[in-house]
Amino acid sequence: MIDRQFIGHTMPAFEVLVEKGRLRFFAKATGQTDPVYTDDAAALAAGYSGLPVPPTFLFCLEMESPDPAAIRNLLGMDYRKLLHGEQGFSYHRTACVGDVLRFEQRIEDIYDKKGGALEFVVRQTRVSNQRGEAVADLRTVTVLRHG
Amino acid sequence: MTLPSFDALNVGDAIPLLALPPVSRLTLALYCGASGDHNPIHVDTDFAHSAGMPDVIAHGMLSMAWLARVLTDWVPQTAIREYSVRFAAMTQVGERITCSGQVTEKFEAGGERRVRLALSTVNAEGQIKLAGDAVVALA
Repeated sequence: MIDRQFIGHTMPAFEVLVEKGRLRFFAKATGQTDPVYTDDAAALAAGYSGLPVPPTFLFCLEMESPDPAAIRNLLGMDYRKLLHGEQGFSYHRTACVGDVLRFEQRIEDIYDKKGGALEFVVRQTRVSNQRGEAVADLRTVTVLRHG
Repeated sequence: MTLPSFDALNVGDAIPLLALPPVSRLTLALYCGASGDHNPIHVDTDFAHSAGMPDVIAHGMLSMAWLARVLTDWVPQTAIREYSVRFAAMTQVGERITCSGQVTEKFEAGGERRVRLALSTVNAEGQIKLAGDAVVALA
């Protein structure tokens, strides 16, 4: 069982630079054909300060944490037994290339179902930019399968 | 891109869907690199076998990115207020995935007129892989 004392635990904040090459690579990998996501001029014409961070790429940037395994290790979870159960985003402002985003992760809840056969970890991540403006809140539910 | 008209939309209306080519190993390899999710279960067949799986499986977040394209093909992403999904089933190599959305609610919040959409990705047999919803602000 994951120790419930970690409910409410906050992780050290970290910052990630939004790089153009990664944004273009992500557009290619997801089959994105809208030039707003790959072409500087199209992004500027659409009113962005540069290539925008697409809706789900914030999750990828969160994985750029200096220690992506920090929460797994803290909670003692074997990654081979983990499933991504749910993912949610609340958006406040679109981030763009060149922004330096700050990620603040908090373990919101830990609970189990099916007599403890499945444990759930809910992580809430606040993302803000270099001006201190709110960008998004991410909610991740990870499922740990026992047996 | 102009915003769809709030008044012209009705609960039950579908937004344009996105039909994808069959999931390829190349796509999974590209997403592995681009996303930064290097879990071998998505790209290394030998690893998948050792984990008792018949083959690699697609990243859930790749499907979530495809499903987001249904939204950003329809409205500028600055109009998206909320977007969430539940990963219901694994997406396999070779599957033909279709992403779709349907208006489920019209309401006002935060001084804006918004719609809620039910979203899903399904395979050719209609099996739901991702189920979710989004809130979008409209003119």
